[in-house]
Amino acid sequence: MTNYILRRLLFAIPTLIAISILSFVIIQLPPGDYLDQKIAQLEQQYGDASSMAQADQLRKHYGLDKPLPERYIKWVKGFVHGDFGESFRYEKPVNELIWERLAYTLMLSIGSLFFTYMLAIPIGIYSASHKYDWKDNTLTFLAFFGMSLPGFLIALLIIVAVYKIMGVPLFGLFSPYYMNKGEWSVGKLFDLLNHLWVPLLVISINGTAALVRVMRGNLLDVLGEPFVRTARAKGLKENVVLIKHATRIAINPLISMLGMSLPDILSGTTIVSIVLNLPTVGPLLLQALQDEDMYLAGTIIVFMSILLIVGNLLADIALAWVDPRIRYE
Amino acid sequence: MSDISQEQTTPEAPLPLLDDEQEAELGRLSYRQLVWRKFRKSKLAILGGITLLTFYVLAIFAEFFAPYDYQHDNARLRYVPPQMVHFVGEDGFHIVPFLYGLKQSRDPATTEISYVPDKSKVYPVHIFHHGDPYRFFGLISTDIHLIGSEGPFYLLGTDRMGRDIVSRIIYGGRVSLTVGLVGVFLSIILGSILGTVSGYWGGLTDILMQRLIELLSAFPTIPLWMALAAALPSTWTGIQVYMGITVILSLLSWGGLARQVRGKVLSTREQDYVLAARAAGASHWYILMRHLLPTAYSHIIVIATLSIPGMILGETALSFLGLGIRPPLTSWGVLLEEAQRVTVVLNSPWLLIPSLPVVLVVVAYNFVGDALRDAADPYAT
Repeated sequence: MTNYILRRLLFAIPTLIAISILSFVIIQLPPGDYLDQKIAQLEQQYGDASSMAQADQLRKHYGLDKPLPERYIKWVKGFVHGDFGESFRYEKPVNELIWERLAYTLMLSIGSLFFTYMLAIPIGIYSASHKYDWKDNTLTFLAFFGMSLPGFLIALLIIVAVYKIMGVPLFGLFSPYYMNKGEWSVGKLFDLLNHLWVPLLVISINGTAALVRVMRGNLLDVLGEPFVRTARAKGLKENVVLIKHATRIAINPLISMLGMSLPDILSGTTIVSIVLNLPTVGPLLLQALQDEDMYLAGTIIVFMSILLIVGNLLADIALAWVDPRIRYE
Repeated sequence: MSDISQEQTTPEAPLPLLDDEQEAELGRLSYRQLVWRKFRKSKLAILGGITLLTFYVLAIFAEFFAPYDYQHDNARLRYVPPQMVHFVGEDGFHIVPFLYGLKQSRDPATTEISYVPDKSKVYPVHIFHHGDPYRFFGLISTDIHLIGSEGPFYLLGTDRMGRDIVSRIIYGGRVSLTVGLVGVFLSIILGSILGTVSGYWGGLTDILMQRLIELLSAFPTIPLWMALAAALPSTWTGIQVYMGITVILSLLSWGGLARQVRGKVLSTREQDYVLAARAAGASHWYILMRHLLPTAYSHIIVIATLSIPGMILGETALSFLGLGIRPPLTSWGVLLEEAQRVTVVLNSPWLLIPSLPVVLVVVAYNFVGDALRDAADPYAT
């Protein structure tokens, strides 16, 4: 097992290198660079850009005068000692900008994943055990609907609804009072939890709907197996048959889907964060892409990929742990 | 993935026994007829199919069905709420439905402008109304629209430039409905070619291909889409951006398809008939095109149908963020971009209406795709 994990981690390195090259190149595809944009902006605002006369100097400072491969290598070399370059817009090292936001991204993603499974499994079981009656049909219909609603739309609708009902805008993860308070306190934690449920719910809806369908399908398959009939014939209570015998088997494929749901959850977190203005890397990435703030955008994409790769690995380990039939050599 | 199709295989009730006549009839039917028979049984799929057909017809003949041109603006009728169609006026019942004119009223305290029906002006709804001129398919010049009226005719209200939302939804469908189709077409081509090649030749080609697909699936979808969409040059024309977006959407989705096709090819490549074809001197290309790819057709179609909704949602999300389709071209995502600011939505909630067609179309595709998946294997009971 240790061997397997090590090998997977080793394989992750070339993947990450490829991802970093790809994202670095993609971000710089548009003609011009950040400074060109800045100069054009200043010209539009003040009529001239004399304040940016030192543009060439700045370009040198950021290494923008060097060819692409050289810039890339310089950027990647920094990774080893935790230096990810500098953000042009914020004029700060990327390092200082992303850690807190990455932590919130991780928290939201894991939270939504948890939410998704906690909701989907019971609903799926319920749906399967009431196959084709009106409750099941309603749930099936709702699940299809939930899969089809774009995350940003759910977010918008919820904001509007909350505003209409409670009269306060529901933005961000903190109330204004705690937003500017740096240190953590019990009050701040409660405030966070109070705001957290909206994004968690919004991000989870799509995944939950899809997972309910899978759970229902799996369980229906398992319920047709002979061992379930045997359990029933032994005179076990239906609940025991359902939960202890059938569900245990039916749940396995869901764990293997953990890895697959991760990209969706990360994508959902990104887009919902932009709409709800949450302090995750999502809004920062959008801004950085529009600005061609390449080191910032590139670092965010690389970190998101790392999250995915690690998540996938954890999902595989979880699967092996739950299902002893699976062997890795 | 274990999916809904497997429900069908769960023997809940004993299998219905077919009498000889029925069995003989089933034997006579072609694969296609069998698929259609099974597909037809799903009411939801039929409903979905009809919905899709309606939307596509609306989009194809957008000029005719939309009361206005999508760029027809009116600076004096901005943010008009949806108008009511009336049958009963102050003078009694009208056989031809009509709309009232609009009167601007300014709130003296907040100076906010709102529109109220002007009951002194009555505009009957016309069928085959002469409105904005257009060229039908770029050929026939005409100005006939299915419905319209002499006065303001905004059934779903107007946006910040006084453009009719109904018309913009109908025109926007052109982009939103085809992005998925074109994108899926591209990913089918890429996915089936690379999938078959990788499955048939195996070896190094296969390994490289699998690594590439793994690499693509390690990218977080939306962030990568965002990066690629942001990289489209701002000098591009609407059509170029449109093509760019479809390529971006298909870039990440061909991998899944290629995997499935590869699996299918791997399982059929050792079958007797393939060996027989090889022994008879058939070329690799011939075997691939005539023997291997056709066995994967039904599979490909099902996966394609099921991946269209994702692409439609992708386009909507990108355009919503301002990275996708750019005005003056319009799509449902572009329309929703206007609803991005909560204050605007609170004042004019009808700006959220363009989300309705998105949801309807995506649900419809899911229904159809689901039924197709079940029907693709008509021999299962």
